[in-house]
Amino acid sequence: MQARHRTALFLLPAGAWFVTMLVLPLVVVLVFSFGERGEAGGYSPAFVLDNYFNLPARWTAFQNTLTLAPVGTLACLLIAYPLAYFLAVRASEKWRTLLLVLVIVPFWTSILIRSYAWIFILGGQGIPALISAMGLGDIKLINTPFAVLTGIVYGYLPLMVFPIYVSLERLDKRLLEASADLGSPPWRSFLQVTLPLSMPGVATGCMLVFILLMGEFLIPAILGGGKVFFVGNALVDLFLQSRNWAFGSAVAVALVVIMLVTVTAYMRLTSRWAGGRDDLSLM
Amino acid sequence: MQPDTDPPIAEFRATTKMFGEVGAARDLNLSIRKGEFLSFLGPSGCGKTTALRMLAGFEAPTSGDVLIDGERVNDLPAHRRPVNMVFQHYALFPHLDVTDNISYGLRQRRPRPAAAEVAQAVEQALETVRLPGYGRRRIWEMSGGQQQRVALARAIINQPKILLLDEPMAALDRKLRRDMQIELQSLQRSLGITFILVTHDQEEALSMSDRICIMRAGRIVQIGSPRELYDRPNSRYVADFVGKSNFFAGTVSRVEATGTALAVAGGLRIIGTAAPGLAPGQTASASLRPEQISLAHGTTTADGTTCVPVRVVNRIFLGEHTEYLVQHDDLGAFLVLVPRQAEASEGSFEPGEPAFAIWRDGTALILPEDA
Ligand SMILES: Nc1ncnc2c1ncn2[C@@H]1O[C@H](COP(=O)(O)OP(=O)(O)OP(=O)(O)O)[C@@H](O)[C@H]1O
Ligand SMILES: [Mg+2]
Repeated sequence: MQARHRTALFLLPAGAWFVTMLVLPLVVVLVFSFGERGEAGGYSPAFVLDNYFNLPARWTAFQNTLTLAPVGTLACLLIAYPLAYFLAVRASEKWRTLLLVLVIVPFWTSILIRSYAWIFILGGQGIPALISAMGLGDIKLINTPFAVLTGIVYGYLPLMVFPIYVSLERLDKRLLEASADLGSPPWRSFLQVTLPLSMPGVATGCMLVFILLMGEFLIPAILGGGKVFFVGNALVDLFLQSRNWAFGSAVAVALVVIMLVTVTAYMRLTSRWAGGRDDLSLM
Repeated sequence: MQPDTDPPIAEFRATTKMFGEVGAARDLNLSIRKGEFLSFLGPSGCGKTTALRMLAGFEAPTSGDVLIDGERVNDLPAHRRPVNMVFQHYALFPHLDVTDNISYGLRQRRPRPAAAEVAQAVEQALETVRLPGYGRRRIWEMSGGQQQRVALARAIINQPKILLLDEPMAALDRKLRRDMQIELQSLQRSLGITFILVTHDQEEALSMSDRICIMRAGRIVQIGSPRELYDRPNSRYVADFVGKSNFFAGTVSRVEATGTALAVAGGLRIIGTAAPGLAPGQTASASLRPEQISLAHGTTTADGTTCVPVRVVNRIFLGEHTEYLVQHDDLGAFLVLVPRQAEASEGSFEPGEPAFAIWRDGTALILPEDA
């Protein structure tokens, strides 16, 4: 009894934090989503389902988010894995630290500034100018899904590299010797030992990047130029510009539901891969 | 085991492995016979693992050659060598279950063997290591001893020409280790595969091996059967490493066919068999095993024996034997092993009591000091 009371006491701060920071806002958003837009914007209490019936009006935002978030995650993965592999397995001790620092360095400036840099690179004076100067025709990069994807990969790569790097770094090199000893050439050892044992890192990285991408709004705003916009941009617009908090809340609830469903499905899938092993679980 | 004249299954020829300035293995020369149980024995860091890893293909020799079945394999990568290894910490694949670990080697073969064939081989391997029915277990659900059996099964299923074992029992407790030693030995006999074991446990090497290769600082010091090494060590180092021994330092005073005399402290002379190449005037050590010395309450003047007065310092009861630590004024402290029946006839010796230590002349080994 005593012990149980003490445990409850210890859990109190965490519980309070959980309720005020996570549950309460969600409840507020949920309540708002059934309300109406106030006379002068904002929220006025009601209980209607109109906001949910109106969701198709933001279909493009959902469509963009639901394609570019997974595609962006995949693109990050495809670039991050070889990079992490090189860092963890191939690079010498001396280079490893330097290269790891280089991966983090971009984090030292705001994503806003870094994304603006990409406007110049992808804009009329940047790569397209170079390509047309070489006589390879005219292309437009800025304000396209490609530009947003580029920004995503650039911004989120470190989040993918680190978990994969850690799982590869932890890999027992003797397992690769055992694999070779049992007759497996190096490339097959990679497929049969390295790759499966780095899956926890891959799962963690994908999860992190995907969840954050679903809420992204800066990169599409800057590099998509209002043409490629995410649900995040729709929310900014609804809450700050058109001040329709009720509809905004419905959009937010829809996004949360979609995320819950995909993340749960994803966890099911990865824990099946991991065969229910503790140390292969997500984070 | 095959006779000496057959071609060896593996060979080191003047093999040296340097790690920068460190000579992990130096000028190894060794022929391994088909079907024998050979052990590399030596203290930590003497190069045992390095020698094994050169056979497995994880290290390439800096100079000299490694041969397997008559073929020079210096540049043959590990996955193409007909040998398998049981790793010190087993190195089992944590993402695969027991069956998939064991079948790993067979599944690497091209063309792939049929699934039914693989399954049957796994069943049999599990049977051999006495783990039937454990196939679907996860690795981390197995005890240390069971994991070791899985590692063994994973290696022997490939029917390698040589099975390499790097201190496979270091992580097991004493009782389990003893059981595994016996099992390994009978497995080696029934499979007829050449086993090469690395260990720093002399008891393990003595009890299991057909031959032992004693190493020191990267070099092979002596190769021989356990009995040869015990009875005729070629250096003080080997005598010290294989079994217990007392050493008395002195100067060679006489070398004759009948025996070599070593002048030791206090004007005493120990008569023994000398290692070849010892000349009068050289410093050397006489090695007397504790069981070559007996204890008595009274002195003796019998011909061909040496009898010295000692004082009993300590007594350790070992069951069939009692080990006494005795002190001689000039020779210092040394060990005497007294069998139970000798104690019964002579009576026991109490610590603090005076007694006489007796050995037959000629039984000692006169060994050169280690370089
Ligand atoms: N990869 C390596 N790089 C540098 N030095 C090494 C390497 N492997 C071994 N050595 C050195 O070579 C020597 C022999 O090592 P080895 O592992 O063969 O010893 P060992 O006899 O197996 O010892 P132990 O009983 O402790 O396992 C040691 O001095 C060791 O430090
Ligand atoms: Mg070793």
